[in-house]
Amino acid sequence: MAALIEEAGRFYSYYNLIYLGKAFLFTILLSFAGCGIGFVLGAGLAVMRHPRIVSFAPLRWFALLYVELFRRIPFLVLLMVVFFAFQLAGADVTMFTVAATTVALSASAFSAENVRAGLESIHPNQWDAAEAMNMGGLTALRRVVLPQSWRVIIPPSMTYSVGLVKATSIASQIGVLELTYAAKILNQKGFSAALCFGTILVLYFCLCYPLNLFATSLEKRLAPSRNR
Amino acid sequence: MPHLAIDNLNADYGATPILRDVDLSVERGEIVAIIGPSGSGKSTLLRVLTGLLKPRSGRVEIAGEVVNYTSAAALRKVRDRFAIVFQQYNLFQNMTALRNVTIAPTIVKKRNAAEVEREARALLEKVGLSHRIDAYPDEMSGGQQQRVAIARALALKPEILLLDEVTSALDPELVAEVLDTIRTLASEGMTMLIVSHEMAFVREVATKVVFMADGRIVEVGPPAQIFDAPQTERCAEFVRRILRH
Repeated sequence: MAALIEEAGRFYSYYNLIYLGKAFLFTILLSFAGCGIGFVLGAGLAVMRHPRIVSFAPLRWFALLYVELFRRIPFLVLLMVVFFAFQLAGADVTMFTVAATTVALSASAFSAENVRAGLESIHPNQWDAAEAMNMGGLTALRRVVLPQSWRVIIPPSMTYSVGLVKATSIASQIGVLELTYAAKILNQKGFSAALCFGTILVLYFCLCYPLNLFATSLEKRLAPSRNR
Repeated sequence: MPHLAIDNLNADYGATPILRDVDLSVERGEIVAIIGPSGSGKSTLLRVLTGLLKPRSGRVEIAGEVVNYTSAAALRKVRDRFAIVFQQYNLFQNMTALRNVTIAPTIVKKRNAAEVEREARALLEKVGLSHRIDAYPDEMSGGQQQRVAIARALALKPEILLLDEVTSALDPELVAEVLDTIRTLASEGMTMLIVSHEMAFVREVATKVVFMADGRIVEVGPPAQIFDAPQTERCAEFVRRILRH
């Protein structure tokens, strides 16, 4: 224990703190870019799949295929696929871009399912009423169906987002400087694993816990219990 | 010229025929009640008229104008002329009573919001709900919800009002308040098609009764004929069974 405290003095040096801070920032960016873009894309896919909104069947099939495909590829495999796809296309992109693209692709497929579950939780009679009043599919979605769906969409989406934050650690496999990568490097430099991984454990928690609080407040705001 | 003329209408759910060769003529201001056993196609007829279900064949005319159910633009015109009230009310759960009534006139018809709200308040008062204007559907009783649904339909200023078993989901003591509302509308000369199991009510307000079975119109006549002297065996049997209770 005394050795650990003694080591901590050296571990939390100015240089290491900058390094960890940078890694933390990249984990945050990766998570938010991935979740944000992923959720928007996913919501779009869920809408594209909905027969009450999109009557053009091939578009629905495309969305279905996309979702079913990307949900079934392990994150690490997808990371490699994206990496080599960029290479094949001759695009000179940073590893961060590769990782962010992977997170967004994966998140969009899972978000699409969460949003779809929300939309399908709404009784068809709400669509009927809207349609009989001449509301278009998108108007009905925005005014009637989506406001009632948040209650079903938000909880699994937030659980998924927290999972995704943790999954970004896999990006360390292709050398993206994020928390897990930083811990590995510091560990290799001779610092004890307890300090290296103990520190990022705390940082991951600091990132995920506010996300849960945000989810709770979002639920209260968007989905009061009366909106059954 | 009839207000609504239905000629040889056929419709299917998947491969199952639901409406078969339906012919019906409704004059302006007439109140037509549609009765018959469940599964006979009564509700489907109303759904087809509003374009919620596409007919396979046949022809519908409103005031001499042929209704086109194939194009989206034509469907919008059709739905401007009909308004439908559903068995399960189908109120928008995320909106207050007032918003339920004002949403379509403001969002779809893009009318002046203040004017629409004034009308909506008047309509809600007419159905006896001026005290529940800010209530959400799940805070209201079934009868109140159904009266909001009627106000919502009237806010669209339809030419023809379609009522689909509007009292079937209600507790018996709430039926009367909804029927009173419909009675008022009937006295004002609105053309209505009413699918109903309330035989006493049908007998009282309907100018014409249509008996349907197996997707066909079996018999049409004034209430006195249908209930007291049915001309077909199928109708006679139905009426006998219904009136025994």
